[in-house]
Amino acid sequence: MELFSLTVHATRDLLRTKQVSPKEVTESLIRRIERIDSAIHGYLSFDGERALKEAEEADVSLPLGGVPIAIKDVISVQGHPCGCASKILQGYVAPYDASVIRKLRAAGAIPFGRANMDEFAMGSSTENSAFGPTHNPWDIERTPGGSSGGSAAIVAADEALAALGSDTGGSIRQPAALCGCVGLKPTYGRVSRYGLVAFASSLDQIGPLTKDVEDAAIIMKLISGVDRADSTSLDAPVPDYTANLEKGIKGLTLGLPKEYFVEGLDPQVEQAIRTAVAHFESLGANIVEISLPHTEYALSAYYIIAPAEASANLARFDGVRYGYRADGITGLLDHYGKTREEGFGQEVKRRIILGTYALSSGYYDAYYLNAQKVRTLIRRDFEEAFAEVDAILCPTSPTSAFKLGERTGDPLKMYLADIFTLAANMAGICGISIPCGLANVEGSKLPIGLQILGKALDEGMVLRVANAYEKSTKWHLARPELGNAEKAA
Amino acid sequence: MSAQKFDVQYVAELARIKLDPAEIETFQSQLGNVLKHVEKLNQLDLKEVEPTAHSFPIYNVFREDQVGPCLEREAALANAPREAQGLFIVTKVIE
Repeated sequence: MELFSLTVHATRDLLRTKQVSPKEVTESLIRRIERIDSAIHGYLSFDGERALKEAEEADVSLPLGGVPIAIKDVISVQGHPCGCASKILQGYVAPYDASVIRKLRAAGAIPFGRANMDEFAMGSSTENSAFGPTHNPWDIERTPGGSSGGSAAIVAADEALAALGSDTGGSIRQPAALCGCVGLKPTYGRVSRYGLVAFASSLDQIGPLTKDVEDAAIIMKLISGVDRADSTSLDAPVPDYTANLEKGIKGLTLGLPKEYFVEGLDPQVEQAIRTAVAHFESLGANIVEISLPHTEYALSAYYIIAPAEASANLARFDGVRYGYRADGITGLLDHYGKTREEGFGQEVKRRIILGTYALSSGYYDAYYLNAQKVRTLIRRDFEEAFAEVDAILCPTSPTSAFKLGERTGDPLKMYLADIFTLAANMAGICGISIPCGLANVEGSKLPIGLQILGKALDEGMVLRVANAYEKSTKWHLARPELGNAEKAA
Repeated sequence: MSAQKFDVQYVAELARIKLDPAEIETFQSQLGNVLKHVEKLNQLDLKEVEPTAHSFPIYNVFREDQVGPCLEREAALANAPREAQGLFIVTKVIE
């Protein structure tokens, strides 16, 4: 078996027992990337030389000693580019490590490469990258989802052992579903956002994309915890997320929200979810139907809150202290206007304008404040549900991977890709997507994701439920054949 | 809430983004549609509902005001589009 195809925990075990060296692991990944990434375009860049040097110095006695982890281009790694797949940050090199990177490094891991994404994490298909889209390894004519599409595609295509992504409305879980890997969005505040380029500060969370549930648990344990550099991080003990993975789900109550099985849900996705639910029942879980009555308002509220916060956060990109500055400027207003016109892509401009409008004089109460109130209703829906159930089961995405270009002309249609994921961000709860089937679409086999939502700070529960499913099924082992990817590369 | 009063060009000026005429036209119609969708929230009675910003009520996070490590001047200027003599060069603000 090739080293690049291993999980993080299998690699760690081989490294620890000195059956392989960190250098061999890194070399294997570099060869894999050189062979297929021109067809996938999951990486914006990677510095192989530096990774090899760090591999040679790695201490394999540490928890993840010598294990390379790919990083979404929105998380700062000192000395690496951090461009958010945007022209406005082209050439920007991060002067410091994000807190998650500091923690990963302390555990011996090697930050490896810059994963492609939708510009500033705004999008659901990775087509908004200023440097070209990522292709889905299951069918390179299709999108990998987004915004962490690069992270998901490279994990699915065995170009990375695992990756970090960020999730504001589904940006970890939805691409994980569309590429057939595991993606976890932690509870808001569980993981420090220091060093994550902010999109919507009250919704953003960093989390892992991995090949199996155990890897997600291992990485979560390392990156979680309070951080004095992020005042929204939660001062709650970090459990060992791997400890209860094997506890099983006998006697647990799992909820099926009726609002998630509605028109627009692809029949093959629905079938796969229903089959998974029956499987949970056979493992000893009690399945109950629940209601999350405000689900239908989540998308509207999200598309006020996220752009509003983005419009404020992205005001910092003004071409003064870092990033792109337009040429031929006639004055200060021209400096800002032209720099931002030339530096930002279409979707980013759209969202800044939408958000600026929602926050503008006379509209704040009608839009932003009302949307924050809807958040309360959504949060209460979940609180009431979790009084009855241990976790919630639902689809991650209404469809399997869609074609490149299919939705780019219609923003609203693109936004609907996040319809099942964004409520978790609004409520601040945690959720995971795991592979639960393959759809047959126009001759392609495309992954389907099952979403498991848990109450705030209950990552241990969603990981335990996910692991019970994974250990008794084989969907997580399915890998893309890469037939057309290898030909295209 | 009303999508009718939404004027892309005016808002883009507030956001300090220049747009070309084609973009103005496209954004006006695309964002008009999004705003129409968002009007769905008017169906809800929100008068008595408190807003949520963080799902955990944490307030007033304090710490000791101690000087910690920070970026050296050279590192802070390394990404500047224009710099000279250890300073950022900015576009003239005062006439």
